[in-house]
Amino acid sequence: MMGVLWFWLVGCMIVAYVVLDGFDLGTGVLHLFVAHREDERRMVVQSIGPVWDGNEVWLLAGGGTLYFAFPWLYASAFSGFYLPLMIVLWLLVVRGVTLELRNHIDVGVWRALLDGLFALASLLLTIFLGAALANVIRGVPLQADGYFFLPLWTDWRPGVHPGVLDWYTVLGGLLACAALTLHGALWLSLKTSGEVERRAARLVPVLWTVVLVLTLLSVPATMAVQPATLVNYNRYPVTYLLPLAVLGSLVATLLLHRSGQAFRAFLGSCAYLACMLVGACWGLFPTLLPATTGADRSITLNAALSSPYTLHVGLLWWIFGISLAALYFSISYTMFRGKVGSHSRLG
Amino acid sequence: MNPEVMHRLQFAFTVTFHYLFPQLTMGLALLIVILKTIALRTGDERWDQAARFWGRIFGINFVFGVVTGIPMEFEFGTNWAQFSRMTGGVIGQPLAMEGVFSFFLESAFLGLFLYGEKRLTRTWHWLSSVLVFLGSWLSGFFIIVTDAWMQHPVAYQINARGQFEITSFLGLLTNPWAILQYLHNMCGAVITGAFVMAATGAFYLLEDRLQEYARIYLRVGVTVGILASVAIIFPTGDLHGKYVAHHQPVSIAAMEGLFHTEKGAGLVLMGQPDETTGQIDNPIVVNSVLSFLIYGTTKAEVQGLDAFPRDQWPSTLPLLFYAYHIMAGLGTYFVAVMALAAFLLWRNRLWTSRWMLWALLLSFPLPYIANTAGWMTAEIGRQPWLVYGLLRTGQGFSATVSASNTLFTLLGFMGLYTLLAILFIVLIYREISRGPGAEAHVLTTH
Ligand code: HDD
Ligand code: HEM
Ligand code: HEM
Repeated sequence: MMGVLWFWLVGCMIVAYVVLDGFDLGTGVLHLFVAHREDERRMVVQSIGPVWDGNEVWLLAGGGTLYFAFPWLYASAFSGFYLPLMIVLWLLVVRGVTLELRNHIDVGVWRALLDGLFALASLLLTIFLGAALANVIRGVPLQADGYFFLPLWTDWRPGVHPGVLDWYTVLGGLLACAALTLHGALWLSLKTSGEVERRAARLVPVLWTVVLVLTLLSVPATMAVQPATLVNYNRYPVTYLLPLAVLGSLVATLLLHRSGQAFRAFLGSCAYLACMLVGACWGLFPTLLPATTGADRSITLNAALSSPYTLHVGLLWWIFGISLAALYFSISYTMFRGKVGSHSRLG
Repeated sequence: MNPEVMHRLQFAFTVTFHYLFPQLTMGLALLIVILKTIALRTGDERWDQAARFWGRIFGINFVFGVVTGIPMEFEFGTNWAQFSRMTGGVIGQPLAMEGVFSFFLESAFLGLFLYGEKRLTRTWHWLSSVLVFLGSWLSGFFIIVTDAWMQHPVAYQINARGQFEITSFLGLLTNPWAILQYLHNMCGAVITGAFVMAATGAFYLLEDRLQEYARIYLRVGVTVGILASVAIIFPTGDLHGKYVAHHQPVSIAAMEGLFHTEKGAGLVLMGQPDETTGQIDNPIVVNSVLSFLIYGTTKAEVQGLDAFPRDQWPSTLPLLFYAYHIMAGLGTYFVAVMALAAFLLWRNRLWTSRWMLWALLLSFPLPYIANTAGWMTAEIGRQPWLVYGLLRTGQGFSATVSASNTLFTLLGFMGLYTLLAILFIVLIYREISRGPGAEAHVLTTH
């Protein structure tokens, strides 16, 4: 029971991370395309400046929660994905520094360099995040001792001994990249004005089409790579509503955007991302990390779970702490609401 | 190449670099609250302006702390997988709490503090500085609870799968080691903040500009500096030392360079320990003082390294000895400098004593060295254990990650962090030479 609860709590934290940090990552991907002049770039950076760090804390808090609730999973996955994780860490370092410090530099050349690095780091991060999720769905070659080590690539085919990158995980990476870029474009058309807003809005239908195609492609691809995905769905057919909700929210996003309701369109994209992730978690449950080397080696919920006392105490402070966090987030987002540079700007 | 050594090197390098930033964050957070409180009480705009300047420095420093902290959180899993799997149920808890309770708080209110001043009332702006302070000091607390459990495991049991689990949450958070370590460490952070602030004041006075602000910074920096410099030795350093002597006797013997068990053991002030001969070369020793410091009497017997089997000695013994002596030596120096400066401040002669201003200016890197040396003492002193007495360092690292992979990423971190260090110095130098009062003509991101 506790295990199921913590599975979904960690799941929720991952959803919060992707939905929140997703829009600032997507904004980063679009930075160079939608903003050309210095004042435009400032506007873009300002639209995420006050919130990106808080958004990223969801990754840390989620990671920490995973650590104490499922120590084995944390240990096995983090050491097994060693190289790609280190690359992700470097990208996070580069992205944070370039985003925060570009405005402290007055030399145009250096600023251009920081802008370029920021956009590149954001782009690569979206791809890596998607590929990471696809790796978890596809499974990894767990050894008998519960550990594994993945090379970056082998023959690009998912199989018993795949690499971090194969055709399936690359597809996952591209899907995440497109979906988060769309998310960012919707955020920008909500928060910015003038040329930037127009450019971002014009990109939405294009990105949307790409997301739709890749989403539809991902379904048969996942069936092929991880046939066990459907077990839960077939056992509880009502959960087929999830993939329907994915499509529904995607369609709604475009319609709302067309009718000029920027905020609701953004919410639509939040719903799309949330349903995709919940759908993926449901496909895995109660496995945490499937093994390509035989189902008996998969890391499962019960095997990886911490002790009952740890989880009970954890639940108490977790509920308290996350409520506080929700309070801070609502204060912060309320204070910085509205379009950047208009009446409600701070400072 | 030995994979264990590579993992240790990478962890040590990244965490040492990380801690250069949070020590100033935590120290300045307190000093900014002091500046803001005086501003609120007196309504004097200069104190607000003085606080705004340090807010800008804080903002830059914070970013570097954040980006170098994120790798730390992951390295437990990537580099210490076996350790994480065995202890996650215990130390994963404070680590997750750090994210949930302190980083959310800090990141939300720092945005408001730095860029919301015009929108907030004076009291709310003051409050946001207090919340930033609270967030950063809480984050220090949770991380030290984590470290303290590794130094001195409490409130745990070992379950059927061989993993550690906690038996009392409160016991974990009130680990006496954690409380002592926290108090001592926070004094260290405040010392860094105070020296940086005082040095900036001294710099402006020596440059003959911004006198008003210079005096504010010197007054606050020196006053807080002397208090923290005394408190770091007595009571916190003294108590911490006694606790270490009690629970990690082999570490204290190595820290003090005591090879042989002695009654009325002397305190080695300087020298070079030689592991092969079991002697200190070129020693300067004060008789009986070590026995007194640990047991309160000059006659007490102190166990030397020879009382312990060789496989329990800290593995890099001379480094431990030097790190400890650098920390304690600098601690003594800090009291001396700050006491002198405080005396001159009291007699109103500080502003014109150029030699004292020079001494303050040149001293600002030393607290960084002392804090780093202190952590090296604690962490090397814990060796060869990851969890003291329970889990050896050689049993904790990620066996699936090869030494060459770790070397690759270690080199990557070194390159990246070198660039960060250069960028940091350039940015801070610019802010300090612009000085307080200069309107930030560049737009900030928040
Ligand atoms: C400005 C920094 C600073 C200064 C001047 C001192 N310390 Fe310190 N010390 C630290 C900063 C620090 C630290 C960085 O905060 C450490 C490392 C781990 C910790 O919690 O605190 C530490 C650890 C530490 C330990 C624990 C070592 C272990 O865990 O094995 C002892 C026994 C002392 N200190 C004792 C002293 C004494 C007797 C000092 C004065 C003469 C002193 N420290 C000055
Ligand atoms: C900012 C403060 C810290 C500094 C400067 C620091 C420094 C070091 C150093 C120098 C080592 C290498 C010791 C050796 O190889 O002999 C080390 C190792 C280590 N420290 Fe720390 N440390 C800090 C905080 C922490 C904290 C808070 C934790 C735990 C939560 C921690 C956990 C570890 C681990 C797991 C190792 C690797 C194993 C080992 O070699 O002991 N450190 N640290
Ligand atoms: C292994 C040890 C450590 C880990 C895993 C770690 C983790 C982190 C992380 C993830 C952040 C970024 C937070 C954000 O995004 O806002 C951070 C920042 C911070 N850390 Fe560490 N840290 C370690 C060592 C330490 C130590 C020893 C201290 C102090 C005693 C400390 C104090 C802080 C503080 C005050 C901040 C926030 C301010 C700043 O970023 O400058 N950390 N740390």
